[in-house]
Amino acid sequence: MEIFMQSLVSGLLIGGLYAIIGIGMTLIMGVLKIINLAHGQIMMVGMYITWTLWYFLGIDPYLSIIITVPIVFYLGDGISRFLLHPLIEKDSILPENQVLMTVGIGMVLVELARFIFTSDYRSVQTSYNAKSVYIAGISLNYPLIIAFFAAIVLTGGMFFVLMKTDLGRSIRATAQDSDAATLMGISSKRITILTYSIGSALVATAGIFLLPIYYLYPDFGPAFTVKAFVITILGGLGSTVGAIAGGIVLGIAETFGATYISMGYRDAVGLVIFLLVLVFLPGGLKRFTKI
Amino acid sequence: MGENKKMIQFTKWEIITLIGAIILPFIFDFSPYIQGLLIFIMLWVILGSSWNLLAGFTGQVSFGHAAYFGVGAYTAGLLYFHFKISPWWGLLLGGFVAVIFGYLLGIIVFRLRGPYFALGTLATGEILRLVFGEEEWLTNGHNGILYMTTWVSKYPYYFVGLALAAASVISIKIIMRTKAGFYFLSIREDEDAAAALGINTKKYKNISMAVSTFWAGIAGAFYMIYMGFIDPEVVFSLHNISILSILVGIIGGVGTVWGPAVGAVTMVFVQELFRSALFGLAPQWFSGLHALIFGVLVIVVILFMPGGIMGDWELIAKRFRKSTRAESEA
Repeated sequence: MEIFMQSLVSGLLIGGLYAIIGIGMTLIMGVLKIINLAHGQIMMVGMYITWTLWYFLGIDPYLSIIITVPIVFYLGDGISRFLLHPLIEKDSILPENQVLMTVGIGMVLVELARFIFTSDYRSVQTSYNAKSVYIAGISLNYPLIIAFFAAIVLTGGMFFVLMKTDLGRSIRATAQDSDAATLMGISSKRITILTYSIGSALVATAGIFLLPIYYLYPDFGPAFTVKAFVITILGGLGSTVGAIAGGIVLGIAETFGATYISMGYRDAVGLVIFLLVLVFLPGGLKRFTKI
Repeated sequence: MGENKKMIQFTKWEIITLIGAIILPFIFDFSPYIQGLLIFIMLWVILGSSWNLLAGFTGQVSFGHAAYFGVGAYTAGLLYFHFKISPWWGLLLGGFVAVIFGYLLGIIVFRLRGPYFALGTLATGEILRLVFGEEEWLTNGHNGILYMTTWVSKYPYYFVGLALAAASVISIKIIMRTKAGFYFLSIREDEDAAAALGINTKKYKNISMAVSTFWAGIAGAFYMIYMGFIDPEVVFSLHNISILSILVGIIGGVGTVWGPAVGAVTMVFVQELFRSALFGLAPQWFSGLHALIFGVLVIVVILFMPGGIMGDWELIAKRFRKSTRAESEA
């Protein structure tokens, strides 16, 4: 029973983090209608920036949000403005050429990181890194708790922005029907570029909260790209609430898979759920949450 | 009977390329290193062509070709590992086992379309990688499978690879001239319209998948025979197999018969050019750039030559002629 509770709680906490990764992806998929296969790689870039700030300047990882997130925001802006957006007007044989472009971008980001930082494993050492609290025999890792609360604040904030502000309404309008949105006076180019930047900034934030938990290396990103689209499909395209639900479901499913099936199948659990959702529950959890 | 009686006609350049590839090792005395690169080119021609038939011609963009490559490799490997049967039998069998896997996975992934198909195939490839890594009783897990290669010299492998590569390209050339080939194109252009015209899209997608997975499986088995070692992380690699076979197709030209061959040569050449630091002319740190430069090349190709080298050949040739003319005038 203790093992069960421990798995459940760790799954829930890590699921909160997955939710932030997923929200960025779900926004991008909702508005740009593409799978961003560079998502985890952009997160990896954000993590390397944070690590560099910590290693050379001694800036606390959580504090570096104010530096890292804007940098990655503009990285996302550049990628979408100069690499993804021009493809909309281009004629190509496969409609998926924007997706293939994100593959190329992801590859370049990974190789750039490998070139600058080599393939060595990096990690940040802080006073709270390895600290845990014990509640009723369940150990809770400090960085995970912080990450979970950050996830709640971020998703709440994102939800507010999407629902209550003009920007959020424009994003949702573009996601629903970009032609109609353009007719209503929304610049769909501006919104798509902005959405990609916001998505990148969100995933970079997630990366900052992941940094005290995981080791960092250039190939760190792709695994999280896979998780991000699993969450997005699970939650339903363009749904923030769905992304939260999807992230938590994935987090819990993974920890249970690792505990009760085998450690090696941890990542397979998410993928199997993903395939099942694609085939049997198209639309994902959005069907139940409606938002 | 019409004028299209001949199933297949080779152009002058195709014959020159084929003969050139055959006599190449007799003209030059290549080092084993270069021989290895030539064999890898052949491997990527097979794998790229395989991806290109399903994605480039039929419009089903697969992100999971490592699944079939890996299954082919493991068919050859496991025959040897469990029954001590020579992996050369696996070369024959690998393709067929991959077709069976392709059919079974197709039941799931062909329910999906567009980006969802891409994600679905990616997931199947990753699941197979994890399963082959975990089920040690069957696959020896992450220890991999080791096999003493048949020949020390690399030339025999080159010719086997060349024969397979030529066969894969020619088979696709032939298919694309048959009725099935035209059906593939119609499915790519508009699946619903194709179905509305009475084409059994499910059947023809499965045919395309079967031929594609057959060659991917053969490529995997050939890899096993040549390298003598496989493990799940290598042959089921998302990045090094699935995505690279896509990039080979894109660079060479999606939906062109010779595109993947051109893409394979380009990829191996560009990567080696930088890995050897421009053949030792540039400083040593250049060698760290090889994968980065290739990634940049992919981005440039997608941005400026969406049809790839073969698809936009006319465009490139025209621009090249224009620039040479401008030079001669100046």
